[in-house]
Amino acid sequence: MSEEIIKDVIVRENEDYIINMGPQHPSTHGVLRFEVCLKGETVKYLIPHIGYIHRGIEKMCEADTYQQIIHLTDRMDYLSAHINNEAVCMVVEEAMQVEVPERVKYIRTILDELNRLASHQLWWCAFGMDLGALTAFFYGLRDREHILDIFEESFGSRLLHSFNTPGGLMHDVHPNFQKRTKEFITYFRKKLPEYDQLLTGNIIFQERVKGVGYMSREKAIAYGVTGPSARGSNLACDIRKIAPYGAYDKVQFNEILMTEGDTFARYQVRMGEMWESMKIIEQLIDNIPEGDFTAKMKPIIKLPAGEYFKRVETARGELAVYVVSDGNKTPYRMKFRSPNFSNLFVMNELAAGGKIADLVAISGSLDLVIPDIDR
Amino acid sequence: MNSISKYFSDLFKGISSLWAGMRVTGKYFVSPGQIVTQQYPENRATLKMEPRFKGEIIMPHDENNQHACTGCGICEINCPNGSIEIITDRVPNADGKLERVIDKHIFHLSMCTFCGLCVKTCPSDALAFGQEFEHAVFDRHKLTKVLNQPGSSLKKEAKK
Amino acid sequence: MSSKIYDFSSLTGSIDAALNSWMSPGLAVLTELVIIGLVFLIFYALLGLFLVYLERKVCAVIQNRVGPNRVGKWGLLQTIADLIKLLMKELIPIRKADHLLFVLAPFIVIIASFMAMGAVPFAKGLHVLDFNIGVFYVMAVSSLGVVGILIAGWSSNSKYPLIGAMRSGAQIVSYELSVGLSLMAIVVFSGTMSLSGIIESQADGWWIFKGHIPAFIAFIVFLIASTAEINRGPFDLAEAESELTAGFHTEYSGIKFAFFFLAEYINMFIVAALGATVFLGGWMPFHIGNWEGFNQVMDYIPSIVWFFTKTFFIIYVIMWFKWTFPRLRIDQLLTLEWKFLLPISMFNILLIAFLVLMHWHF
Ligand code: SF4
Ligand code: SF4
Repeated sequence: MSEEIIKDVIVRENEDYIINMGPQHPSTHGVLRFEVCLKGETVKYLIPHIGYIHRGIEKMCEADTYQQIIHLTDRMDYLSAHINNEAVCMVVEEAMQVEVPERVKYIRTILDELNRLASHQLWWCAFGMDLGALTAFFYGLRDREHILDIFEESFGSRLLHSFNTPGGLMHDVHPNFQKRTKEFITYFRKKLPEYDQLLTGNIIFQERVKGVGYMSREKAIAYGVTGPSARGSNLACDIRKIAPYGAYDKVQFNEILMTEGDTFARYQVRMGEMWESMKIIEQLIDNIPEGDFTAKMKPIIKLPAGEYFKRVETARGELAVYVVSDGNKTPYRMKFRSPNFSNLFVMNELAAGGKIADLVAISGSLDLVIPDIDR
Repeated sequence: MNSISKYFSDLFKGISSLWAGMRVTGKYFVSPGQIVTQQYPENRATLKMEPRFKGEIIMPHDENNQHACTGCGICEINCPNGSIEIITDRVPNADGKLERVIDKHIFHLSMCTFCGLCVKTCPSDALAFGQEFEHAVFDRHKLTKVLNQPGSSLKKEAKK
Repeated sequence: MSSKIYDFSSLTGSIDAALNSWMSPGLAVLTELVIIGLVFLIFYALLGLFLVYLERKVCAVIQNRVGPNRVGKWGLLQTIADLIKLLMKELIPIRKADHLLFVLAPFIVIIASFMAMGAVPFAKGLHVLDFNIGVFYVMAVSSLGVVGILIAGWSSNSKYPLIGAMRSGAQIVSYELSVGLSLMAIVVFSGTMSLSGIIESQADGWWIFKGHIPAFIAFIVFLIASTAEINRGPFDLAEAESELTAGFHTEYSGIKFAFFFLAEYINMFIVAALGATVFLGGWMPFHIGNWEGFNQVMDYIPSIVWFFTKTFFIIYVIMWFKWTFPRLRIDQLLTLEWKFLLPISMFNILLIAFLVLMHWHF
């Protein structure tokens, strides 16, 4: 890796004007601390300090059976809980060489996309709030509520659903599921243009985000940035396209790519992904095949000794699960490659030289979820 | 001249974009019918949680105060965070043989993550999710519940 | 025609006469000062509470929410409950803060807004301070508030408040220019700086209608610049919540915080009242040319109602701004002022001077 792409040496000086953004700061969206050095309004450098919400999920996994691990993955990136679940399930299914029924694949994919939609909606409203558009926050939450209601009806919980289980689903989706999802899509297709009127087109908003926090494609690769943040820098990294899982190989959708690499590009990628998610759901929702909601699994899952690896595309980027098994019913080692961790550390590169307000916009555009960073 | 016309076109584009946003918020301001807030706790009587809602773990009892729990302890093993404690007892049955029965099925609501594994794995379907969600109490010991009601016994047909 | 409007000067005059008949003239003046002071104090507090309530309701409806609805009917007493809560809160002393200035700052802010309030003409005959330089006076005292904000930021011995104070210093000082120039536009039209004079000059039509397009431009500039001057969204950089937690009043608690909060809302009222007075005819009723019948109906509406209707209309517009737009960045804020508003209002003033010289206005 060349020197120019990653500058990792930050020299602190005595007379630096340091402010600590966080751990309790309205715009860090969690317990994250930025040590920000300011020169007037301009950010000189920024050091993220993590670990305030470290719970040792990877270590905890070593004591849990594979069914029990699922509920821990919910609590990493809680906004893509379902997608996290699916990653672990897929590793186990691959290791056990279980073929999950088609119905499960379809439902999982629809739920992935609903989850992604809900996550992007929350990102949109939080991003608006970071930039001071407080009304955006409520509009986003209002629409997200519809998805959460669908979740609640089917799985009984709104945020952390633990609905996947190795081999399939905990139980079948609610009979109303298809109807309500379709209702939501028609509703949201009407509401999404409103988001554009309120924020995207707004001249103040555009001035705030255009040209701010430029990330080149090389930098995105060097830092391992993935997900919509990297796609804003024209880096095609969508796991749904590269290594399709679930029913993604059966649907048509575009990978949204932007070349500008600035905050606005990252914003537009996510807005585009909302449309794409709706497209995916519409293609699948009417064609869910009949069948079992789970494959036959033994009650005690023992992965054959060896290493297993699987990756999925969460709402924030690439989540990879790596399991080392020694043949026991608990994993020997479990490692998660979480997207937010890599996305966070590019912050200094993007924010240095900008204003404090830009820093807030950039951290909003990376859509960080702190429990996923600390795990 | 070109820059001047650009100055004004920028200005007007900016103003019209601002107006677009103000139209959205203004539209909602004049239509209070769109308000989505639910009036909790006034709507308590009509507020129905979904039947699948995971509010707490309950053990359904029938009209004879009987439940289906055999005290096998599978839910205790499967719970990822030790929210369930099973205390069993041995009592002689009709044939005079000692038989295992549930004495206390203790559920710690404060530790439960609502993963649903206990409900799913219970071999005799003795557990279910309750729809109660108002769990706020002043003493956390109240969150530890004994699920089998006092004096309850095992449903006969549940025995293999 | 305007004689039909109820004139408060008969009421105030009779109070004055009664007082003078009871006591010596010096004592009477003193008593009047005390009465006016008390009335203003009560009005100030009630207005502040009501504006906070109004803002919460307006933003709630915009955001598809209900807003305060628990304390009292429609939550009307919510802000009073909040005030009581703030009164009971501990005033946290900051270590190594400049204590004198720290305590002084909220008072400066609130006194500045209080002084400006005195010059607001509420209704016909209900006008406490009526100078020949009324517009100038309001501008001068309302900009005193920035001193309080700067002191608050500096004396807190904390970093976020300092940044917030510096921001608001830069912001208020520069937007003062546009506010002044846009008010000056109407001063040029009406030929007087006294607020009552400006109102009188609008008896046959408000300046926003009489003054052709330049007056309208001046009104828009005034709206934007005064929103910025009172530190409200989208220009609330001094207390940008997502950037500086609470900006210059981060370290304040309890009633001292309430003072800043109250002053902010009263300032909003003052600029709205000023805008209503200067551009929308103050307490003058709405008249259309020579529709006699219509004009007479309008005359029967009391002047105080006219004044408050117009003022609250402007307040609503300012709130509408805040709850729609994202916040500007500091450099964009200054760009907007120096590259757009200031040139526009300067050009506007030249245009108006030309119009007035040629006698092209009504
Ligand atoms: S609830 Fe079910 S799993 Fe738990 S002890 Fe009773 S029968 Fe066994
Ligand atoms: S739902 Fe999960 S955490 Fe809660 S008691 Fe059952 S197994 Fe334990």
